[in-house]
Amino acid sequence: MNKKKGRKSILEGTGFLLMITIALFIVMYVIGCLLFADKGFAKPQVFINLLISNAGLIVIAAGMTVIMITGGIDISVGSVVAVVCMMLAWMMERKDVGAIPATLIVLGFGLVFGLFQGFLVSYLKIQPFIVTLAGMFFARGLTAMISQDMISIKNEMFLSWAKYKIVIPLFGRVNRRGEVMYPYIYPSVVIAFLVLVIIFLMLKYTKFGRSLYAVGGNEQSALMMGLNVRRTKLYAYVLNGLLASLGGFLFCLNTCAGFVEQAKGLEMDAISSAVIGGTLLTGGVGNVFGSLFGVLIKGTIETFITFQGTLSSWWVRIAIAALLAFFIILQSIFASLKEKRK
Amino acid sequence: MKKRLLSIMLVAAMVGVMVMGCSQKADNGDSGDASDSGDSDLITVGYAQVGAESDWRTANTESFKSTFTKENGYELIFDDAQQKQENQIKAIRSFIQQGVDYIVVAPVVETGWETVLEEAKAEGIPVILSDRQMDVSDESLYECWVGGNFIKEGEDGGHWLEDYLKEKGMDGEEINMVTLQGTIGASAQVGRTEGFANVLAENDNWNMLELQTGEFTQAKGQEVMESFLKKYDDIDVVIAENDNMAFGAIDAIKAAGKTCGPDGDITIISFDAVKAAFDAMIAGDLNCAVECNPLHGPRVAEIIQKLEAGEEVDKIQYVDEELFDTSMDLEEIVKTRAY
Repeated sequence: MNKKKGRKSILEGTGFLLMITIALFIVMYVIGCLLFADKGFAKPQVFINLLISNAGLIVIAAGMTVIMITGGIDISVGSVVAVVCMMLAWMMERKDVGAIPATLIVLGFGLVFGLFQGFLVSYLKIQPFIVTLAGMFFARGLTAMISQDMISIKNEMFLSWAKYKIVIPLFGRVNRRGEVMYPYIYPSVVIAFLVLVIIFLMLKYTKFGRSLYAVGGNEQSALMMGLNVRRTKLYAYVLNGLLASLGGFLFCLNTCAGFVEQAKGLEMDAISSAVIGGTLLTGGVGNVFGSLFGVLIKGTIETFITFQGTLSSWWVRIAIAALLAFFIILQSIFASLKEKRK
Repeated sequence: MKKRLLSIMLVAAMVGVMVMGCSQKADNGDSGDASDSGDSDLITVGYAQVGAESDWRTANTESFKSTFTKENGYELIFDDAQQKQENQIKAIRSFIQQGVDYIVVAPVVETGWETVLEEAKAEGIPVILSDRQMDVSDESLYECWVGGNFIKEGEDGGHWLEDYLKEKGMDGEEINMVTLQGTIGASAQVGRTEGFANVLAENDNWNMLELQTGEFTQAKGQEVMESFLKKYDDIDVVIAENDNMAFGAIDAIKAAGKTCGPDGDITIISFDAVKAAFDAMIAGDLNCAVECNPLHGPRVAEIIQKLEAGEEVDKIQYVDEELFDTSMDLEEIVKTRAY
């Protein structure tokens, strides 16, 4: 009974937690702009680069948020990204598959991968951690089976997608050659934002979205309310598999290469972004826009380190660790405070 | 209500501490830069390094850090990519936005750089590659590449063997040799195998019994050498394409009851010449080590000075590499070695 009360009150506090995440991001960014003003931190392109470099991660973190809302976890996504990049590169370069069919095939692969993992989790009731651990090993092994060499993507259509600059005709500035440069984004950023909006609307307004929260909040009561818990979970994993492969596709647009070691540890970046964004590992609470800000905070710390120029890049990890600890403590303080008030 | 107020204050305090922590951290570095920002004649160089996975890599990083100093007229922005290509792409994008004058990259992998190099080109920032090549369709995306000449290293090893055998009066005899190759496909393996094969072709009395990969590791090198020793009883020369495999081979030879080194039955030639290889030569186990020079910093600085003066530079720039054997005063040389 206690547990249930705690959950409910956290739900009320999540708005506030999200506000803190957003405020923290803004404060960090403003500090960056002030500190590195002479190096051009305040340029719009610096902010846009956060989105360009992390477009894949944004989509993957959105999928992770959905899974975490159901109380599950998926640590296979990094390996799925690697296998997606490798499949794309291998199909286009070694087998002359066109860019469009190759993309559809990898998205289909993600769907089937998610379906399989989801079946094991929801119908056979195996711990999601173990299922996706196996999935992680399998996908990484599959990547190496396809090819142990690095494959560079030279498919013209794929490269034209990757290089297609969408220029924003605002805030132009002159580069060293005297040409005017405008900020630009790549199509991957547009896709990532579309996905975010769709997942946000789905979570908030559809029956499936609300069922995800119900299942994650308390599986027993969800069952008693007549929700099909198993099917809801299955669909969540299928959706996550699709988003993981889409994230892999966006990741591949950024790197244009397939190799075995790619995207190692990306699943942990996705999980930490979701947690910083206010998603609870215990389920029932979460918001995709929180995860977006989790990704942006990580990106901002990285940008800090490169602009600073002399600090070891491993400080990013330490800063993320501090933030994670901070947000977890905050979440538990909120839970206990509200409980006492009642 | 009081408690709620308290919690909000607590949160505010924690955020405040975090923010101060962040700003202080950045401040330390920035105060150094701020005092120099008046010197606008400093050349800013961004170096996107692979990581810190080996002694060789660390020596390479140190070489850049000690070359591109403020005293020499440079400001170095260094980024450790932790072996991740996506981190290097992020670092290069950040260098571009900071408006650095030159970008140096030691690519983690050979592929997938076109988009970000085109962004650098659009900004007019020259890119110099260090150590590993890039597989890009348009060579104008980078100015030049700086690194070791693996083929020449292989040839140097071969020529050393020619001289050594002549000195020992064995140049007419049948010489049986085996090779412990590196990871197949790695540029060091391909170049060193090819370079040695060039010299092998000139010597009819040299007989290459077998080439097999030891994957650049000591354990695998030892394993392969053990099988070689079982298969062939009269191996005269072992070529190990890096030091670690040579150490493995030395262990295998000793375990089989044979001897190696200048006074032993088997001559061993190794590549890379790390500090431990000098120790092995001093101990009399290893005959010769061909250097793979990690000190790219000075050569890159030279190229940047040429580009600053508006000169053309060659697309491929090899660093100088030496060869060490037991006839030299190794104890003195090892004191001057950076790695």
